Amino acid sequence: MTQNTHDRRTVLECMVWAGTGVLWTIAGGVPQSSLLGIGEANAQAATGFNFLQISDSHIGFKQAANPNPLVTLQEAIGKVGTLTAKPAFMIHTGDISHLSKAAEFDDAEKVISGAKLDVHYVPGEHDIVDEGRGADYMQRFGKKLQARGTGWYSFDHAGVHFVGLVNVADLKAGGMGALGAEQLAWLADDLKGKSNSTPLVIFAHIPLWTVNADWGWGTDDAMQALALVKRFGSVTVLNGHIHQIMQKVEGAVTFHTARSTAFPQPAPGTAPSPGPMKVPDDQLRSVLGTTSIAVRQGTQPLAIIDSTLA
Amino acid sequence: MTRTIGRRSLCAAGAILTLILLSQQARADDAAVKIDNFTFIPETITVKPGTVVKWTNEDDIPHSIVGVGGKIHSKAFDTNETFSFTFSEPGTYSYYCGLHPHMKGKIIVAP
Repeated sequence: MTQNTHDRRTVLECMVWAGTGVLWTIAGGVPQSSLLGIGEANAQAATGFNFLQISDSHIGFKQAANPNPLVTLQEAIGKVGTLTAKPAFMIHTGDISHLSKAAEFDDAEKVISGAKLDVHYVPGEHDIVDEGRGADYMQRFGKKLQARGTGWYSFDHAGVHFVGLVNVADLKAGGMGALGAEQLAWLADDLKGKSNSTPLVIFAHIPLWTVNADWGWGTDDAMQALALVKRFGSVTVLNGHIHQIMQKVEGAVTFHTARSTAFPQPAPGTAPSPGPMKVPDDQLRSVLGTTSIAVRQGTQPLAIIDSTLA
Repeated sequence: MTRTIGRRSLCAAGAILTLILLSQQARADDAAVKIDNFTFIPETITVKPGTVVKWTNEDDIPHSIVGVGGKIHSKAFDTNETFSFTFSEPGTYSYYCGLHPHMKGKIIVAP
């Protein structure tokens, strides 16, 4: 499965985290037991932690696909309190707002604060359409996250290194997402001192692999970032933007995109364009949701559990 | 056998020609591009200098107009909102959507 050319010692180092198999369950309602029998109850192991990913809340959107995304965001946050494995914190993979308006950011933050968790944001393209092209986002979120440039930063939690990247700024004609030279240089520097056995979680709005080039669902210079993390034994890439779950595993790198809390979008190739997709009202909550990620040291793999709102 | 064209015919022809020219001038004042299914329709248009081009967003998601070279950079405009820009100088203006850069269009401004 892996094409690494690590020597035996490095392989053993990497096996400490054993990010070679990822469990996830996609089901309406309650998360189900994994193939390896690790249910949510077992996930409360002695060592390790859980964190939550929410994405694409699009507060301010009011079209048919979901006239009131603040309500569905509230429902998603409401469910956080019911999780048996309490998340240590939350990440939001962007498109917090729909049009970067102050009221939209205010409303989103107010509802999200109901989870009583630290939130680590990265912006989506909808979050940087203010007059200052992202200045408002940096003022509101970037500063307190101690982010650089257009909002990138890193932090550590219980031995895991988290990196928030921005791939929605200064996009070029005909292109997809882009990280840019300055951010890639920062990333190289940020990772420099880290040992190969440090588990990495990288999160950014647009997928860091090409899900669909025609729809712009990918990042033009992601390969350069992935080259920088190639030496690490466990890399988890969490994205949003496409409002549906897509995943792939490539060697020690697991890619996963989250559902939106606002509205779904069509699967690639199933519609003329990637716009908001209207589903019957009684089905809306079954296509919206959040993602819980369980990080455990030892032989158990990283578990990514998606839950829908209903 | 030829006959010289009568004065009346000439005047009529002249009047018709003038009318045609005048109406073309009137159409040059504004041009419309619609945005539908993440596509600029028409993708390329040719207009006269001084034309106001108006984009109308018929999608359920906001879009923006960004000119290659930086001369145009609209705010994001939402469903049923519009953005207008006056193209004074001749030239070829490639543009794309700032939120969805795979969407591309072109305005050719020629006298």
